[in-house]
Amino acid sequence: MKFHTGGLLALSILVAACSGRGDVTVPTGTGFSGTDGTIGVEGMGGGYGAGGVGSSTLPGTQISDRVLFTVDQSSLSAEAIGTLNQQISWLSQNPGAPILIEGHADERGTGEYNMALGASRASAVRNYMVSQGIPDQRISIITYGRERPVATCPSESCWAQNRRAVTVVTGGAGS
Amino acid sequence: MVNSFRRSLVLGLPASLALLPFAAAAQSPLRIEITEGVIEPMPFAAPTFVADTPEAAQMAAQITQVVTADLTGSGLFREIPAAAHIGRISNFDAPIRFSDWSAINAQALVTGAVRQSGDRIAVRFRLWDVFAQAPLGEGLQFEGTTTAWRRLGHKVADAVYARLTGESGYFDSRVAYIAASGPKAQRRKQLAIMDYDGANAVTLTDGNALVLTPRLSPSARQILYTSYEKGAPMIFLIEANGRRRQVLTDVQGMTFAPRFSQDESRVVFSLATGAGANIFVADLSGRRRSQLTDTSSIDTSPCFSPDGGQIVFESDRAGTQQLYVMGSTGGSAKRISFGEGRYATPVWSPRGDRIAFTKIVGGRFHIGVMSPDGSNEKLLTASYIDEGPTWAPNGRVLMFFRETPGEQGGPQIYSVDITGRNLRQVPTAGFASDPSWSGLLA
Repeated sequence: MKFHTGGLLALSILVAACSGRGDVTVPTGTGFSGTDGTIGVEGMGGGYGAGGVGSSTLPGTQISDRVLFTVDQSSLSAEAIGTLNQQISWLSQNPGAPILIEGHADERGTGEYNMALGASRASAVRNYMVSQGIPDQRISIITYGRERPVATCPSESCWAQNRRAVTVVTGGAGS
Repeated sequence: MVNSFRRSLVLGLPASLALLPFAAAAQSPLRIEITEGVIEPMPFAAPTFVADTPEAAQMAAQITQVVTADLTGSGLFREIPAAAHIGRISNFDAPIRFSDWSAINAQALVTGAVRQSGDRIAVRFRLWDVFAQAPLGEGLQFEGTTTAWRRLGHKVADAVYARLTGESGYFDSRVAYIAASGPKAQRRKQLAIMDYDGANAVTLTDGNALVLTPRLSPSARQILYTSYEKGAPMIFLIEANGRRRQVLTDVQGMTFAPRFSQDESRVVFSLATGAGANIFVADLSGRRRSQLTDTSSIDTSPCFSPDGGQIVFESDRAGTQQLYVMGSTGGSAKRISFGEGRYATPVWSPRGDRIAFTKIVGGRFHIGVMSPDGSNEKLLTASYIDEGPTWAPNGRVLMFFRETPGEQGGPQIYSVDITGRNLRQVPTAGFASDPSWSGLLA
């Protein structure tokens, strides 16, 4: 019986695989940088602390910062429109404040679909605000998919809270 | 005598493919036929490999354990433990006393020897058909460094698997995944990579930025993933050793759901700008891009066919998430899923014969497989969340992640045969999700 050399394993592959992070060519800090601490944690908008967990109103107001959606939908309910009208009123009185709309989904859908669904929800809010006179360039949108739930029980009472779009004031409130 | 060695182990092959093992069986008496049906694992013995030098004793023992764990983990083979052995292999080149092994009903016998010289090791092995008292194939030798000792064991196990099933193996391979920790509402996620069996796990990002859905290239050299490190979610490309991280798609809007083509020259992904999401293809520089779908619905989770000619993806254009196939340059798409519920995350088998997917129906998540035309749908698993299948290099096994509910619930990675058998958790240090399996390593 002969022996054949069936494979010569390359040293470099394994050694390299055991090393940690190496050179990084990505510029950092160019994303959304928050001033209120709800986003832009560590100055990089790294996606932690998002979701408006800490506060649920616009700064210094009783106006809700979020609207909720039904399963798989990104259309705005009458209640959502009512909330957005209040937000728009506040935004009109505080014209210096740029905002970020975060779109979120519950965990009852697949991750990639929920990324797109969150984007659609944020987009729906932005489009409505723009239709009501808020300048487009004042509004950024971001999706967190199902990554940042505010409620984690495995039932509709929690899922309903997570299907949301949150308006985050990212700059000086102006007043 | 030949017939008595026949085994009909099941991985679930269509009849046309099952012919191949039959043809091979004429030359090779001991053969597990991977066909549809219920099966008893083939008993084998793998006595601790002989140490050619005293310093090789530990390596020999460890490598033997890897070979045994690979084979038994496949669900196709059952180890006869050393305590039951009558015979001993103390000289790799001495004649085998087959009666010692047939007496304990070992149908296959794996013998090996390990030689160590400094940081170099070499493993020789032979596979024997005990009842035919004959070798199965020629002896093989694999060489490498001591740090690569697990890979040497996987190589031996892949060769044994291939000779006994007629299929290529899947053990010498890697898996990219998300390593996660912390409560569900504030989960910390890191890009990570491990061997297929959970060994040699390393994290590649520091956890400061949220990262999602890594996709390991078939060669295991590069990983695509989505990161929030620049604010909005954006696709990054990183070397699998953690070096040279760069943005793949520096475009207006949010990009996610990337996948390599089999030849690693192209990437398909989703871009969300306003309402909905569309599918794009780019080269690896990210500069040459073209848009493949143009809808206001959600088109996402695209995946190339192994020949690169088609793309399967999910879309809610008909109202709910369903699977579609289109040419790799876009154009009209043909819906292939028509069952009850929602279908997501389609992944084309590397051998082209099946598409695996996530299905949500009746409030449960399932991993399933179907033919590329949508026929022969079969659900393999069910739980609160079972999601994100990825194919073993030989297209016979899937990994996916299963997430438990609640604040402290979290994901773990599992593997399952395409028959739905042999469900196993892949060991990881903490929560783990979104596995992405490479091809066999070179």
